[in-house]
Amino acid sequence: MTEMLSYDFMQRALLAAVLVGITAPAVGIYLVQRRQALMGDGMGHVAMTGVGLGFIFQTSPVWMAVLVCVLGAVTMELVRSRGNQRGDIALAMLFYGGMACGKLLVSLSAQAGAGSLESYLWGSILTVAPADLAAIAALGAVVIAVTVGLRRQLFAICQDEDFARVTGLPVRTLNLLLAVMAAVTVTVAMRVVGLLLVSALMVVPVVAAQQLTRSFAATQAASIALGVVVSLAGVTGSYHLDVPSGPAIVLLAIAVFAVFSAIAAPLARRRHRAGADPGPRECDVQLPGRASSNTSDAGTPEGRAGLAQ
Amino acid sequence: MNHPIPPAVRVRSAVASRGGRPVLRGIDLTVEPGEVVALLGANGSGKSTTVKTVIGSVPLEQGTLELFGVPFAKFRAWHRIGYVPQRTTAASGVPATVREVVSTGRLPQHRLLPFRRRDRDAVDRALAAVGMLDRAGDGVADLSGGQQQRVLIARALVGSPDLLIMDEPMAGVDAASQQVLADTLRAEVARGASVLLVLHELGPLEPLIDRAVVLRDGCVAHDGPPVPNTGLHALPGHDHVHPHADHTPPRLLA
Repeated sequence: MTEMLSYDFMQRALLAAVLVGITAPAVGIYLVQRRQALMGDGMGHVAMTGVGLGFIFQTSPVWMAVLVCVLGAVTMELVRSRGNQRGDIALAMLFYGGMACGKLLVSLSAQAGAGSLESYLWGSILTVAPADLAAIAALGAVVIAVTVGLRRQLFAICQDEDFARVTGLPVRTLNLLLAVMAAVTVTVAMRVVGLLLVSALMVVPVVAAQQLTRSFAATQAASIALGVVVSLAGVTGSYHLDVPSGPAIVLLAIAVFAVFSAIAAPLARRRHRAGADPGPRECDVQLPGRASSNTSDAGTPEGRAGLAQ
Repeated sequence: MNHPIPPAVRVRSAVASRGGRPVLRGIDLTVEPGEVVALLGANGSGKSTTVKTVIGSVPLEQGTLELFGVPFAKFRAWHRIGYVPQRTTAASGVPATVREVVSTGRLPQHRLLPFRRRDRDAVDRALAAVGMLDRAGDGVADLSGGQQQRVLIARALVGSPDLLIMDEPMAGVDAASQQVLADTLRAEVARGASVLLVLHELGPLEPLIDRAVVLRDGCVAHDGPPVPNTGLHALPGHDHVHPHADHTPPRLLA
């Protein structure tokens, strides 16, 4: 353990993992609440175009990805808020176009090589540079400030948008803000788990936590804690076992989800038993005319009529 | 012509469409202070769209809308309105407690400031009014349909609104909850609140209703005292011929 912490690159990797472990579920919970769990996945696809543009113009792929991903997220939000019936088709075009465009741009760029896009698709947390870490920390701080600070407002718009509008909240502005935060998170998490698995870190800790929670506040707190734990454990495990960190983190999160959902049912039953009297286990109401049908009823006229038929 | 107190809702010649299909074709609707107005009509007659234009989630293409005498574009006093949307569930993709859902109704009061003691007390009062205070810590997804509806009504009441707008509050609600809703509504009316209700049938709320506005194909077909047995019109297979449809409907409040 101490040997692992003595390397600079491991210190940076663990710090990045903590930051992403906090930010991804902090934003992801609102997407899950709105039943848009796969939105982060789409943004990951769109971000590939940003990475491609970064390669072509020889600028930082991370900042290019932030820019393109924010544009993509705003487009997705506008499509969603207009409630267009063909909205899913528009989103499909955006996702596939983003992915195809990204690969094409990378192949055209000077740095085109076998591994150049790989590190963005699957993450490369061990190569996080000090400048990367600063960017991750700055963006992460903004995301956390917004998603935790505006918890009641964002909860309201994701719970019931029409009602939120009647409370006088600037619903459209908040929706766009949330979309931008999700886009920023995707690009922040890109280095840690990779664009293809970004959405998992936004969604899996949340759905794992909510197996055991009843309130939104507890779900948010537990999912952030879970995000940090699986990110740290995934990076540590990948160091010791020499496997890529992104898949290790995601598989660990899914394992936690499986364990939590297995213990959720007995826990809910115990909670229920502690509460009010649940009533008899079997129905104790008997319908008239059906009581103990195979014995005494055979002697009554009704019973005989039934047999005759 | 000048009202001493402006009406809570005044809609004039409202035209609106959804998905390119005209739904409102020039509706007039007024809710005076303290008045309980029921909006009735068959499925697709424009009841819900009328309510959605009043709260601003469906834009008006023509016509005017004033809330408490203020043109909609300038209206900011959202704390005066309590809204109960039409829906089958209060649950979303993430668990939330009854208290968390009802607390969102307090946003116009505390805004960006922290949720304080008096906000918490208001939530307790609203939950007590609908008989759900003992379930405050439970998840909304674990409640029955009628109990969820009571939670949504508590959420609308938590800011003590001057105007309550309810879209089919009785849909899918068990008899016990219907009685609680009727009692709650009676208390709100006694407090002086105006109410705009979308209903499929008058049902147990009939004695509370001052005026019924019946819509048909996006037009007002009746505006006057509630017609007894209006509920028949909502039954499937009923021929929607309304006794008032052929002549100019009586307008109590022009």
